[in-house]
Amino acid sequence: MVVGSVAAIGAGLAAIGAGIGIGQIGKGAVEGIARQPEAANEIRTNMIVAAALVEAVSLFAVVVALLGNG
Amino acid sequence: MNQATEQHNNTDQKEEGDFDVAGTILNHIRDDHSWHLWGHTSIHLPVILKTDKGFEAFSSSRLSDEHHQLVVYNGNYPYKQVDGKIKVMNADGSINKEASKKVFDISITKNVVSMYITVFLLIIIFLGVAKAYKKTGVTSAPKGFQSFIEPVIIFIRDEVGKPYLGHQAPRFMPFLLTIFFFIWINNLLGLVPFFPGGANVSGNIAFTLTLALFTFVIVNVNGKKDYWKHIFWMPGLSTGMKIFLMPIELLGVFIKPISLTIRLFANMTAGHILVLSLISLVFIFKAVSASAMAVPFTVFISVIELLVGFIQAFIFAMLSALYIGMAIEEHHEQELVL
Repeated sequence: MVVGSVAAIGAGLAAIGAGIGIGQIGKGAVEGIARQPEAANEIRTNMIVAAALVEAVSLFAVVVALLGNG
Repeated sequence: MNQATEQHNNTDQKEEGDFDVAGTILNHIRDDHSWHLWGHTSIHLPVILKTDKGFEAFSSSRLSDEHHQLVVYNGNYPYKQVDGKIKVMNADGSINKEASKKVFDISITKNVVSMYITVFLLIIIFLGVAKAYKKTGVTSAPKGFQSFIEPVIIFIRDEVGKPYLGHQAPRFMPFLLTIFFFIWINNLLGLVPFFPGGANVSGNIAFTLTLALFTFVIVNVNGKKDYWKHIFWMPGLSTGMKIFLMPIELLGVFIKPISLTIRLFANMTAGHILVLSLISLVFIFKAVSASAMAVPFTVFISVIELLVGFIQAFIFAMLSALYIGMAIEEHHEQELVL
C-alpha cells in the first residue's frame, strides 16, 4: 500500500509540472491572439500541438508511476 | 462488468463485494485472447503457439469452462491463462517458468483483430476515394466521402509534409499519410465502447514501438552524409567538444523513436484509464445516483479523447516528418567561424 501512495505522489508532481507548462502555453497563445487576432487560427494550432507535447511528458511520469505501482 | 468479477475471483482473494478498481481497469486496457461482447457472450479468438514441439492452434474457449473459470488445456504442454498470458503449468498447479519461456505466443488476439478491422476500413475508404478520383479527375469538386478525406490529406501535406520536408515531401507523403490514418482510425476505434472498437490497440506499447521503428528505419536509411557527420563529428567545434558530443548525439538517434513510442502509448492508455476510472465510480460508490456525476464526466473526457486521438496521430506524423527532414537536409557547407 505504501508503494501505491508514493506512485500517487509522483503522478501528482507530474500533474503540477504539466499544469505550469500548459498554463504558460495558454498564456502565450492568448497574449499572441490579443495582439494579432488575424493570426488566431495559426496560433491555436501551434498551441494545441505544444500543449500535447507538454502533456506527453507528464504522461511519461504517470506511466512510470503506474509501472512502479504494479 | 462480468470480466471484472471474473478477474476478481481468479486473481485477487479479496472479500466478496469489494470492487477491485485497478484490476478491472488493467483487465480492460490489456490485450486479450477473447473479445467480450455483452453479458456472458464473448468471441473466442484462436490461440497460436510456437513451441519446441512445433506449432499448435486451439480456440481460447478451451482455456475457460462454462462458468468462466480459467482451466488448464492440455496441448503439447498443459497451458493455463495467467493474467492474460498463456503459461505452462506444472502438475501441482504452479507456473513452470522454464517451459513458459520457450512458448512463443503468436495468437490472433483482440488487438490483432482490431488492427485487421482498421486495415479493412483503410482499404475500403482509400480504394473508394481513389476510384472516385480516377473517374472524375483531380480538378472537379470532391463528392461524397472524398469531401471528408481530401481536406485531411491536404492538411497533412501542407502542415506536415511541406514545412519539414520541402521539395522532398512527395517521396515521404505515402508513409506519413499511412501512419497518420492508421493511428487515427485505431485511436477512434479504441474510443468505441462496444464490439468493433474497444480494443486498446494504440495504447499497446508493442504497437507504438513497431510504428516508431518504421520511422527509425526510414530516418536512418535516408540519412545523408551531413546527418551522420552531425552525429559523429559535429562540424565547427573543437576536437574535444566533438568527442564529447558524439555519444550524446548517438543516444539521440535511439531516444527519438523511444519518445515517439512512449508518447502515443502513454496518451492513449491514460485516456482509457481516465474513462474507465470515471465509470468505475458507479461501482465504487455502489449507487446508481453516482452515475449522475460519472456519466457526464465520461462523456466530457471522451470528447476530449476524440481531440487527443487526432492530435496524437498528427504529432506522430509531424515528428516523423521532422526527424526525416533533419536526416535528409542538405547543408550548403560553410564552416562556422567561432
